[in-house]
Amino acid sequence: MISFTLNGQAVSCDAAPTLRLSEVLREHLGQRGTKVGCDAGDCGACTVLVNSRAVCACMVPAAQAMGASVETVEAQTPTLTRLRAAFLRHGAAQCGICTPGMLMAATELLARTPCPTEKQAETALGGVLCRCTGYRKILTAVCDAWRDTPPAPQPDQPLGARVERLDGAGKVAGDLFGADVVPDGALLVKAVRSPHPHAAFTIGDLATFQNRPGVAAVFTAQDIPGRNAFSVIPPFADQPAIAASPTLFRGECVAIVAFEPGVDPDLTDFPIIWTPLPALLTPADAEATGAEQLHPTRPGNLLIEGRVRKGDATAALASSAHVVEGSFQTTYVEHAYIEPEAGAAWMDGDTLCIRACTQAPVMDRDETALILGLPQSRVRILPSATGGGFGSKLDVSLQPLIGLVALKTGRPCRMVYSRGESMASTTKRHPAEMSGRIGCDAGGRITAVEFTGRFNTGAYSSWGPTVANRVPVHASGPYYTPAITARARAIHTHGPVSGAFRGFGVPQAALWQETLYDRLAETVGMDRLEFRLLNALRDGQTSATGQVMESTGIAECLTALRPHWQRALADATGDTHLKRGVGVASCWYGCGNTGLPNPSTIRIGFGADGRVMLHQGATDIGQGSNTVIPQIAAQALGLPLSAFTLIGPDTHLTPDAGKTSASRQTFVSGRAALAAGSSLRAMILRLVNAGDEAKLSLNGHLVTVFDGQARHQINLRDLPLDAHGYVLTAEETYDPQTKPLDANGQGSPYALYGYGAQMVEVEVDTRLGTVRLLKITAAHDVGRAINPTLAEGQIEGGIAQGIGMALMEDYIPGRTENLHDYLIPTSGDVPPIESLLIEVPDPDGPYGAKGLGEHVLIPTAPAILNAIRHACGAEIRQLPALPHRVLAAIKEARDV
Amino acid sequence: MTAYARPNDLQTALGLMAEGTRRVLAGGTDVYPGAGAALAGPVLDITALPDLQGITLGDGLRIGAATTWATIAEADLPPALAGLQQAALQVGARQVQNAGTLGGNLCNASPAADGVPPLLTLDATVELVSLRGTRRMALSDFIQGPRKTARAADEVMLAIHIPDSALQGRGAFLKLGARAYLVISIAMVAARVVVDRGLVTNIALSVGACSPTARRLPLVERALMGAPAADLSHRITPADVATSLSPIADVRATAEYRVEAAVELLRRVVGGLA
Repeated sequence: MISFTLNGQAVSCDAAPTLRLSEVLREHLGQRGTKVGCDAGDCGACTVLVNSRAVCACMVPAAQAMGASVETVEAQTPTLTRLRAAFLRHGAAQCGICTPGMLMAATELLARTPCPTEKQAETALGGVLCRCTGYRKILTAVCDAWRDTPPAPQPDQPLGARVERLDGAGKVAGDLFGADVVPDGALLVKAVRSPHPHAAFTIGDLATFQNRPGVAAVFTAQDIPGRNAFSVIPPFADQPAIAASPTLFRGECVAIVAFEPGVDPDLTDFPIIWTPLPALLTPADAEATGAEQLHPTRPGNLLIEGRVRKGDATAALASSAHVVEGSFQTTYVEHAYIEPEAGAAWMDGDTLCIRACTQAPVMDRDETALILGLPQSRVRILPSATGGGFGSKLDVSLQPLIGLVALKTGRPCRMVYSRGESMASTTKRHPAEMSGRIGCDAGGRITAVEFTGRFNTGAYSSWGPTVANRVPVHASGPYYTPAITARARAIHTHGPVSGAFRGFGVPQAALWQETLYDRLAETVGMDRLEFRLLNALRDGQTSATGQVMESTGIAECLTALRPHWQRALADATGDTHLKRGVGVASCWYGCGNTGLPNPSTIRIGFGADGRVMLHQGATDIGQGSNTVIPQIAAQALGLPLSAFTLIGPDTHLTPDAGKTSASRQTFVSGRAALAAGSSLRAMILRLVNAGDEAKLSLNGHLVTVFDGQARHQINLRDLPLDAHGYVLTAEETYDPQTKPLDANGQGSPYALYGYGAQMVEVEVDTRLGTVRLLKITAAHDVGRAINPTLAEGQIEGGIAQGIGMALMEDYIPGRTENLHDYLIPTSGDVPPIESLLIEVPDPDGPYGAKGLGEHVLIPTAPAILNAIRHACGAEIRQLPALPHRVLAAIKEARDV
Repeated sequence: MTAYARPNDLQTALGLMAEGTRRVLAGGTDVYPGAGAALAGPVLDITALPDLQGITLGDGLRIGAATTWATIAEADLPPALAGLQQAALQVGARQVQNAGTLGGNLCNASPAADGVPPLLTLDATVELVSLRGTRRMALSDFIQGPRKTARAADEVMLAIHIPDSALQGRGAFLKLGARAYLVISIAMVAARVVVDRGLVTNIALSVGACSPTARRLPLVERALMGAPAADLSHRITPADVATSLSPIADVRATAEYRVEAAVELLRRVVGGLA
């Protein structure tokens, strides 16, 4: 029996003495505010205080807690109360999965140092990884937590206000993620996965294994009742939920075992014999003559080639005054959200219910239904709080697996991926090999771009087609380019499946183009910022796809950077081995699907009790749609945010608001929310024949309409209920107007683009090749900042991921499948960030707003590389720019 | 055999160790990664043994093997141990420093163990104890290779000892990694320098993560002995450094880079002590 004091209360439970304290808390005591991200002390999500010291609960044996005082995020202390308020005030919680660990690490600090400096806070939080926020707002919150600040009053106008996250209270209390709701009696599901990139296998005596005590059921590919093939893009469906022999990548699931609750889920004796087969690990191998074909319908292992061709780039380059040529290579990048995939499934009558982390509930429903041979109406997806996604949680992972177990056994079940399993089996950013030429005239105006990219798309299709199509569209960057030929091939290999990751290939292409633009500007003898400004796309010019651009904000972004740039250039001196440099890079990014339908639907119901029910299917994975969509709806309706109650996402309760990807939720679902809010407002006004300018106020079930001098009152209880159970219901759909790309990639693929430019100041240690980031200044055209705090949060978080991509992240299957060999930035790796929110409203955006989520990552890595080159001449052509690569490039530059 | 024991007297602990192979558990920071929900097999938890705790200054300096990094960092110690204290603040991050122990770091014997380079410059010996008796050996003899030590199956590391002679001078430690916190070293160096009237009268230098085990650098030390303290850096030659190292290339760096970085870090660490 283990006994200790938990948050001031005596507790005891019958746990094994070496059971991880995190397991004791979560499984034995039901306190699931403490999160588990890695079980290895690498992420700090499970940080708790034992006798006032911060430790990772995943590495504390239960017995060491005997008699101790343990404090977790469930504690109610004055320090935690102030920290929680500060986290909400400063927007320091996004997805919320790291928040409990952050709060506890900060609690230890504040006990020693009530008013810490930023450096002290940075050190104290150095052991807790966050993948969303970029840490800056967390540091600010911790340093500001000594202050007792009353809650901010409701803003007069929801739009543009720094509203605290509406789902924030849960996040600072330890939100309920995929692993945190466990149905009674749930079986525990574990997957058997391929240890080889390509292997045949035979399964032996399953009956004996199945009869072992504690094993409830075993399922393999032959147990899949429906179509054992999925893809986020249905025509490409090729990936089995459970693979038959042979497997095509390391980490692929070949069987699942459901264990009775409380049983040690031991798979070591699972009867399977592996025969490794030769693996094609690089696109070069996969494209070699005679290479084995991964998929019968895809000769040459070519999944797809995306093309954009405008004018005659070759001829234009031949007659250009200046031409630069270059190549660039990137690696697999792991999303490294702190929440590994997790969820639970159960049967509710005939309906299969799946509660799991996700970015795309309706896609999960449709794919799971196909795989399990069920009509869509019999599958209900209830997204849990999602601890980061960044693109990888768009694809189904465990949904069909736990769905299969619940369906076949009739019993509830749950599954939690280990960190290694999450990293090995889910999608990655495409490794890219890119090359080409860019030309300009004597005055520095870009004449043409020629680009070829080869993207390692891994074993299955996933979002490979999207990447291949998006990259050529964006390969010029946001610069007017009269002639362009851009091609991107997605090539299958026996590598991890490459899918969606913040930017869909555009960040890779930006590394190629933005580093080349620096060389081109230098060749012309122009300032690098002025070169970009000269070429910045402007309204009325056409893009690479021939689309006539409007509300083009890139020039505004670059102009906003200009004073910072001039200051930074003056600062960039250094006559020792420490060389300072400054770099700039731009981005543009089309919001929503590329030339394809992309609708969102939002429903708002007015209850007889006066509550405004917002059926909001746009999944909030931390980016803030649970706050931004209500802000837009409230603005449109003309009632305060406090009147709103959020419902969903839940595929049985919320209409389809599409997926949280492609920076589309604020734009597309925002437009649907704007339409629904306006429509509900019109219904109310119509009831009393009031004019459009009338003002509404709500007091319980009484709505008052102030129309000029007139004042009307509506008693909601007097109105009849509709089919939804509301007195008034508005449901509106918005689908952006696009024109599909033709064979030459010409068309209007996006209704709306967002723009940005970032400036990075670095100090390079030219003897060690290390890079210290001093400051990043980020100007982003958001059209209209619906919530400036959340917009800054996106910028800071995207920058942090760009820093990781530039300087440290390198996913190598079988080698860096953990968070100590795969490095992501810590609290000490993100410099101060100054965000400049530029507002060039777009007529298609809600109140002019544009998407932002992906844009923010695109310029960071190229701006860092440009700053390194400016500092010391080192040209980096392969990521990540680890110290040894930078030092080698410095030497190479010296030798030239 | 009891699966788990956390005795509070050494004799009981050693008796348990004599019964058969038992995993020794202290801060858990190296034992839990890679384990299941609980640890498999018999475990001896040494964190309740008073003999293994704390830092005492008497005949030399004694650090109980189960002393945590945080305790070391927070202790008031002679300047010779500054390098060890700096290392203590760079092991993982706060959570690991609060739980992880110095003895655990040594017994885990990672080539990138942060505690080893500073302890090598302090001429540290380790004290191992079993029912068969007590023995002491130089740290450099104790760590035999990656994950390989001289500890017998029935032995527990009791303490780390630093002789009086090594408490002279000032120490320092530098760690190079690809990020700020929670990072495994690409290379790290430690130094302890004794200066008398501007001249180096004693010097100890070591490099970690650049060989199967961290190494002292006798050639470099010899080159610096007697030299003016303000003028040490340029006397460190790549050839002298390279002789003592045998780095590997891995995901963190190339072998060639590791030697170059070690040279540069050594120059900086001695420069900082001048």
